[in-house]
Amino acid sequence: MSEGCGWVQPMSAIHAEGLVKVFPSRSGEVRALDGVDLDVPAGTVLGLLGPNGAGKTTTVRILTTLLTPDAGTATVHGIDVARDPQAVRRSIGLSGQYAAVDEYLTGRENLLMIGRLYHLGGAAARQRAGELLEEFDLVDAADRPTKTYSGGMRRRLDLAGALVARPPIIFLDEPTTGLDPRSRLALWDVIEGLVRAGTTVLLTTQYLDEADKLADSIAVVDRGRVIARGTSDALKAQMGGERLVVTVDHGQVETGRAVLQGLADGAVEVEEHTRTLVAPVAGGSTALIDAVRAFDEAGVRVLDLGMRRPTLDDVFLQLTGHHAEPTDAADGPEAPATTGARGASR
Amino acid sequence: MSDLAQTVSDTGTITWRNITRLRRQPDSIVFGIIQSVMFVLLFAYVFGGAINVPGGGDYTQFLMGGIFVQTVAFTCATTCIAMADDLSRGVFDRFRSLPMSRSAVLAGRTFADLAFATVTTAAMALTGLLVGWRTDAPVLSVLAGFALLALFAYAFLWIGAVIGLSVRSVEVAQTAGLIWLFPLTFLSNAFVPLETMPEWLQPIAAWNPISAVVAAVRELFGNVPPGYVAPDYWPLQHPVLASVLWCLVILAVFVPMGVARYRRAAAR
Ligand SMILES: Nc1ncnc2c1ncn2[C@@H]1O[C@H](COP(=O)(O)OP(=O)(O)OP(=O)(O)O)[C@@H](O)[C@H]1O
Ligand SMILES: [Mg+2]
Repeated sequence: MSEGCGWVQPMSAIHAEGLVKVFPSRSGEVRALDGVDLDVPAGTVLGLLGPNGAGKTTTVRILTTLLTPDAGTATVHGIDVARDPQAVRRSIGLSGQYAAVDEYLTGRENLLMIGRLYHLGGAAARQRAGELLEEFDLVDAADRPTKTYSGGMRRRLDLAGALVARPPIIFLDEPTTGLDPRSRLALWDVIEGLVRAGTTVLLTTQYLDEADKLADSIAVVDRGRVIARGTSDALKAQMGGERLVVTVDHGQVETGRAVLQGLADGAVEVEEHTRTLVAPVAGGSTALIDAVRAFDEAGVRVLDLGMRRPTLDDVFLQLTGHHAEPTDAADGPEAPATTGARGASR
Repeated sequence: MSDLAQTVSDTGTITWRNITRLRRQPDSIVFGIIQSVMFVLLFAYVFGGAINVPGGGDYTQFLMGGIFVQTVAFTCATTCIAMADDLSRGVFDRFRSLPMSRSAVLAGRTFADLAFATVTTAAMALTGLLVGWRTDAPVLSVLAGFALLALFAYAFLWIGAVIGLSVRSVEVAQTAGLIWLFPLTFLSNAFVPLETMPEWLQPIAAWNPISAVVAAVRELFGNVPPGYVAPDYWPLQHPVLASVLWCLVILAVFVPMGVARYRRAAAR
């Protein structure tokens, strides 16, 4: 691939081949990345989807020059990250998983500092800081030290920091974790606006709906490998559509399971302690009506009944045979990935 | 922008950031001042009568050089903690993802802490004057003394920065940044004359960089008693030259080490 040429983006904004990263740890070593290949065409959004410890952050850190891979190569904006990291840094914006804002500076000062460090020049940095504070709804808090900010406000400020220099390529590591629904929607709008203006975005997320909404293509990562990739439609087709979720009365789990199996498109999953049954079904709301009838005829008392779209957990169950780990990642310690045998199906 | 202009501009930005942080935490400044004032008072009044100064000088005059050097040396614990703190908060990740100069983060840290050391030095000088410290050296010589203190402080701050980057946790930094300073400052001529130490300790104390700087500051401030003959060690015979050389050696070792550590530090 040729060197980055001015304002014209190379065909692949981000390209990675065979990325491997091994961390030493007390019990041997952790293979955080085990051969990750990625390709993000310019002007598109790639969603990196995966559970805790999958290797999402490690991938982002390598592509943003914070880590060097043990094997493999990566180019960002046509520039080899190992050969010329400083040139890569000029073309990217990063918002890491944990908001890295300076708590004793005000929101405005944080953005000003970043603008100066991108060498925008004083006046331009000031103007850009003002624009971003407006865009991220932080005008009222702009001149307060950020230690008085709520978690979501910090997160938004950190995201604004990634956009200061209007870089052609932006990396967002779990951008909406910890945001309330309104802020999440607002952020989705911002990202869509960036993409319309030609920016390339790589974002990581644990939420299928987010990847679904924003990403042109999705790479599902598990235990340091990309286990599936494609558009969200293609992945969903693979997932087998919607899930019917039923909670039945005490002692009726087995009967309920049998009834549901008759309607299902695949295996019925049983959560004993909540007496909840989940099954992939085809046919949307018709399936719901059929289910109500069937349960009624079989004399099963239904406490709760509904449809839901496939979740990340369903994706993992389907692709790997194991559940995604609990998804309350905000601050918890990352679960170490065991380098054991992988679940069966692909 | 040229590399040099970029480094200067980035260092300015980071220095501004660190000074702004300091100003927003006034208690840390207040405690820094209280600590240095307290040292002057304790040593002047507790040890003042007990220690005989060779050449028959007054202990307060003897003490001030030592106190100045000890206090600015201790500032490097601040640098150490601040560095470890930044590192643990992920602020460095942000910096390292920006197209900024690699050395600016450290240079900006050390410049800001040098400004802090200047404030505490001024507080000490005023307290010293109140307890009877006097200087009859020419103004230029006194200014040279403060300049030497600043150079020494700056060199030592880099040691603090390297330690802070190595330990990586604020809790460890609080101890690691400070603990080695006690033997270093007490195994010197800062508080007691070299001549009163056991024979075998004297060469160690004489070649301790602290001793050279203390001797140089005393000389530049005109606090050496008239009849005093410096011990027969090269750094104490030529304290100003020796101090400058020591500072340059420290900088030559710790600046590259700090920059290399910084590059690796966040890459964990
Ligand atoms: N510095 C490190 N030292 C040791 N192990 C590490 C280090 N950084 C990451 N790991 C391990 O590498 C694996 C991948 O971590 P990574 O942070 O990339 O996961 P992630 O997909 O971002 O997870 P999360 O959703 O929890 O943020 C994990 O098992 C983690 O424990
Ligand atoms: Mg992560």
